Amino acid sequence: MSAPTTDSITVSVWRGGVSGGDFQEFQVPQQPSQTILDIVTWIQRNLDASLSYRFACRVGMCGSCAMMVNGLPRWTCRTHVNKVMVDNRLKVEPLRNLPVIKDLACDMSEFFEKWRQAEGHFQGSGTRDETVAAISPKSLQRQTANAAIECINCAICYAACDVVAWNRDYLGPAALNRAWSLQNDQRDCARDERLTVVAGDAGCHQCHSQQGCSTYCPNELNPTASIAGLKQMSAHWFMKKKYRERHG
Amino acid sequence: MVELRLYLAQRATAAIMAPLVLLHLGVMIYAIQGGLTANEILERTRDSLFWGGTYGLFVIAVSVHAAIGLRNILREWFRLRGPVLTALCWLCAAGLLFAGLRAVAAVVGTP
Amino acid sequence: MKAHRKQPLYLAFLMHRLSGLGLALFLPFHFYVLGLALEGNAALEGFLHWSELPLVKFAEFGLVFLLALHFFGGLRLLALENLPWSNRQKNYAAVALAAAFFVACGYLLRAI
Repeated sequence: MSAPTTDSITVSVWRGGVSGGDFQEFQVPQQPSQTILDIVTWIQRNLDASLSYRFACRVGMCGSCAMMVNGLPRWTCRTHVNKVMVDNRLKVEPLRNLPVIKDLACDMSEFFEKWRQAEGHFQGSGTRDETVAAISPKSLQRQTANAAIECINCAICYAACDVVAWNRDYLGPAALNRAWSLQNDQRDCARDERLTVVAGDAGCHQCHSQQGCSTYCPNELNPTASIAGLKQMSAHWFMKKKYRERHG
Repeated sequence: MVELRLYLAQRATAAIMAPLVLLHLGVMIYAIQGGLTANEILERTRDSLFWGGTYGLFVIAVSVHAAIGLRNILREWFRLRGPVLTALCWLCAAGLLFAGLRAVAAVVGTP
Repeated sequence: MKAHRKQPLYLAFLMHRLSGLGLALFLPFHFYVLGLALEGNAALEGFLHWSELPLVKFAEFGLVFLLALHFFGGLRLLALENLPWSNRQKNYAAVALAAAFFVACGYLLRAI
């Protein structure tokens, strides 16, 4: 490794696996319009072919390249080096709150498992023989659902959330945000089952409204707002249920 | 759904205490002028149904609210779980309730 | 502090939690002091005598600040969780902090 020159960047990259690891420093030449993904790719192609990392579209659409850059969760393909670099130094780590497979690639299984637990998929009752449901895009419910619908499961909000860090069972912002968008879909018939999960011990009431999720979401979604809606919805649902149980 | 019930209890006690806290802040700012003496406080509270009722309600609400808040801290920052967590929280609630009602009795009742 | 936490609403959360913790730890002491009145006015007066010290007055200012902060922050949370969503959470958090400081200063100016 050569000594740093004025146009080289010192990049500290986390290396390791399930049993632990440490940071390794690389010297990377600075280039115009360089992104963090460019940096990681350059290291793998020119310095250390054993570096593991994930990416796919490299244009800010898929969310696969999400990593911690200088302690913040970001899409590395959309993070320009000159916007985040301090004193020609960078630090790149795998996403927080998820187990590491190797180096910068984390295991997304628990993230998807929680999405599934929160009933994060549409369940309809219509068939091809019925007319298409007439839902006005202007209706408040549809607008509410649409505001939360653009999630691409990049897990940046999950990495940013401190409640996830402190409570391993917590479903997390992405799963709950999806649950909220589905609860506002009039065609969905699993809304009661979904509320049971959302109102459960790992559900929306664990959120402390820190808004780390909405601060870092690259799609500018607001899971905190969705979760606030779920808190109200599930509290009313629970109290109505208890009242019906007591009074028949 | 334990967490949901605790969430509702904490928000309900918060709503109950909101006007009581405003009153308490108001009384403190009013009373501190010119120094604070025991006689000044106790003249106001001795044999008062209003202050006994108000502070009694305050104590009951805060015992529930503080215990649930402390439970969150113990669970999230100290990773306590299960019976140990439950026992500690009941202890906090009971302790605050006992000491608080004793304090209310002290300032409202005759010595 | 971890980099991702350096944003206003995390700080609002932290202040709410720490003020609540401070108040919860103070309460047993507060109840004990008031309980001295069980032994008569003089017993309570004996303790209140300490409240003339400038350090104690400053501590009282701190406690009033904690209570006011937890109160105004709590109002913001009750609104967040029960009213339609507002994107002005950072503004409200700032107002809560300012109002708490204002109330606490009101107390201090009358105490000294």
